[in-house]
Amino acid sequence: MADLSTVFAGIKSPNPFWLASAPPSNSGEQVHRAFEAGWGGAVWKTIGAPVLNVSNRYGAFHYGGQKMVGINNVELISDRPLDVNLREIAEVKRAWPDRALIVSAMVESNPDAWRQIVRQIEDTGADGIELNYGCPHGMSERGMGSAVGQVPEYCEQITSWVKNVATIPVIVKLTPNITNIVGPARGAVAGGADAISLINTLNSITAVNLDNFEISPNIGGKGGHGGFAGPAVKPIALNMLAAVASDEVIVRSGVPISGMGGISAWRDAAEFVLLGASSLQVCTAVMHYGFRIIDDLCDGLSNWMDSKQIESLNDIRGKSLSRLSAFQDLDLAFRAVARIDQEKCIQCNLCYVACNDTAHQCIDLHNAIGQVVPPGHDVRSNGKKEATVNRPRPVVREDDCVGCRLCHNVCPVEGCIEMVELPPSRPAVTWSELSHVRPDITQDWDAMKRYREETGIHIH
Amino acid sequence: MDREEVRPDPLAELLPALSDHEATLEANRCLFCFDAPCTHACPTHIDVPNFIKKIATGNLIGSASTILKSNLLGATCARVCPVQELCEGACVLGAEHRPITVGRLQRYSMDFASDKGLELIRPGNPTGKRVAIVGSGAAGLSCAGELRKLGHEVVVFDKRGLPGGLSTYGIIKLREPIEVALAEADMISSLGAHFEYERELGQNLDFKELQAEFDAIFLAVGLGWTPRLGIPGEELIVDGLAMIEQSKTDEKRVVVGDKVLVIGAGNTAVDCATIAKRLGARAVTMVYRRTECEMSAYDHEYDFVKAEGVRFKFLTQPVAVLHDGEKVVGLECRSMQLGELDESGRATPVPIEGSEFIIETDQIIKAIGQEKPALAALLGIDTIRGFLKVNEEFETNLPNVFAGGDCIRATGSASTVMAVQDGKMAADSIHKKLSLSSGG
Repeated sequence: MADLSTVFAGIKSPNPFWLASAPPSNSGEQVHRAFEAGWGGAVWKTIGAPVLNVSNRYGAFHYGGQKMVGINNVELISDRPLDVNLREIAEVKRAWPDRALIVSAMVESNPDAWRQIVRQIEDTGADGIELNYGCPHGMSERGMGSAVGQVPEYCEQITSWVKNVATIPVIVKLTPNITNIVGPARGAVAGGADAISLINTLNSITAVNLDNFEISPNIGGKGGHGGFAGPAVKPIALNMLAAVASDEVIVRSGVPISGMGGISAWRDAAEFVLLGASSLQVCTAVMHYGFRIIDDLCDGLSNWMDSKQIESLNDIRGKSLSRLSAFQDLDLAFRAVARIDQEKCIQCNLCYVACNDTAHQCIDLHNAIGQVVPPGHDVRSNGKKEATVNRPRPVVREDDCVGCRLCHNVCPVEGCIEMVELPPSRPAVTWSELSHVRPDITQDWDAMKRYREETGIHIH
Repeated sequence: MDREEVRPDPLAELLPALSDHEATLEANRCLFCFDAPCTHACPTHIDVPNFIKKIATGNLIGSASTILKSNLLGATCARVCPVQELCEGACVLGAEHRPITVGRLQRYSMDFASDKGLELIRPGNPTGKRVAIVGSGAAGLSCAGELRKLGHEVVVFDKRGLPGGLSTYGIIKLREPIEVALAEADMISSLGAHFEYERELGQNLDFKELQAEFDAIFLAVGLGWTPRLGIPGEELIVDGLAMIEQSKTDEKRVVVGDKVLVIGAGNTAVDCATIAKRLGARAVTMVYRRTECEMSAYDHEYDFVKAEGVRFKFLTQPVAVLHDGEKVVGLECRSMQLGELDESGRATPVPIEGSEFIIETDQIIKAIGQEKPALAALLGIDTIRGFLKVNEEFETNLPNVFAGGDCIRATGSASTVMAVQDGKMAADSIHKKLSLSSGG
């Protein structure tokens, strides 16, 4: 069995999966049940300034019959009295000494307010503090949450206030609602943060009601942007994680990163780890299916690690970061083409229409004897036999295929369309190298034409 | 309260309507194939992925319109089509998974349009041309509707008191309730087609007058009653088509025996056996002179009727009805064996000498196909194996006299959807011909 135990900025947990600071960690009773289910840790729903909430606070983005591909919310930080939260945090921590219990906090942007909340949190026995610099709604208008996370200097300043008083590890949670997330990450590190977590939710409007034109969900006839999370944001989260995890300042500082944003299954978790996450936080998937998903998260990750003979998460953390590259450093001579496994092909011909209408027109339809035929059928032909036996099949003209990968992406059959790497027909070269030795081709289409002719690059 | 009245109708429509949730889930399962095989397999070439996609997006008006664009009898076809042989049989998901339930999704969209009373089809601008349609079954209604879309004046004559042909009278209720067929005829009527009932060619409808009064004629007369077996006591055998008709129009008066024999093994025979079983027969046995390999009922119908508890007696040919006065007491039969292949490629049954035996029964129903259209000779129309002969344009040897539906189905199996397509293509041919003759 692979070792899933985690030490994150000195905080230990039996597995890397923590409930993210959100509704699932709103009360002692909930966190208690989550720990019973097997969660390795929990970041308590943000406590701090007094707030009031509204109804219809969670919106959802459904797609193609899949419910809640994304969720958005205008729920604020905990609306339960501060003393109740603090008492329950202490109780849970006493009951579960082996689990990571971190408390998320957000207060007015002044040192006294932060000093006070840090002391209150430390009195509970919690393992760490997470500074919520991410909440994009309700709190940001009051100068908290993402209003802080969007300004690197504020991140640094507030982090340093907290670090001045805190004796337990301080994690800074970053907002993705910013052009370059590395800035605030560096700010947090400059302020002395012990760790970083990302991403918080994205600004979003999930829907408009087509009956009455209200923003959905409707809150007394109105609605507005809320924080978006869930499977739909995972690619954004992975990119931001990779950006921070590979930033030289962050790397030099050695601060660990807690990754989150759309983690729904163990595969997602593994990807976050490979891009540098040291612990993993989950919210939407739990809000969709309950605490019980921890079983597959742990089990799946562990089984995958066993199958790859990976003993501990430390062995693979950040292993894919070395594969990150800027576009200008990619090998322009790399070539792959789509190849359709005719045995697996069910002839839905989605690849054909995708290629033909929207990509590079290099898939043909072939009849049974290999002739290229147009789509369509005789109006007098019918019946399952004629429709299936004579159905044309898609075949890639590999010489014309630019390897765009669209057909592979739309194919509904696993393993049917593979991108096959071909031996390069010319020496490896990157755009950086090329623009260094042949600067003319970056400026002049005629020069580009000459270069293409020299190297045999044909674009149909 | 009369307990009989609250008992559910044993012949009520078998499949329930899909709920909104079921329909959406199923519609989202559709891959939305390009140039899809389901569309190819459908004789009317309904753009199946498109109408299903529109269910998924909640565009039910568009979904119903997409269906009706290719097939005006979408509601009937959704219920009676042998989808296993057509759209669903061709679904790419069928090989390794369940095919999309195209028929039931189509019914969902058509029910929506019908429940909301949507008028999704509009008549075309008047052309001044008049077309007579004889027969208001699937082919006749389809042709009438398509011609109205093109602006031609249409009068539909039917020998029966209700429109719809076999959809109304000949398809068992548990597949298609009579209301569905009548509503479809109403839709064609609301497009401006005029209907005249109880008008029969050769009786009170004169073909020469039709030729004089109309610019074109479309014959969609279907086929006749069940042919004679030519065995002693045949007058005591119940005609299967008549039984189905009564079960649709007057179910309470259908008389069913206790130990019933059904002669034949086609889809109509299956329906008769189902009616007998569901209306109280203790034992129902289908008697067929060939084997299950040659029977013409669709596989899914065969499976269905077996599940109903109907038994089969293969390689058995009726010889005589045994009766005690008017009361049927048995059917004398003879065992058969399979011989040479006939022209349809089916093995010919050959009697085994001295193999006669008796099956006890108190009711015998025959469902051995339908008689060929008797009109051909009367009207001077060429035939092929007894069916009306038409060219590629559905025109008979008589100029401007077209025909379609079961009455021309000399090859292949007759089906509602094929009749709909005939009517549609014939309408197109009629339109082309009438457009030419107007010098336009």
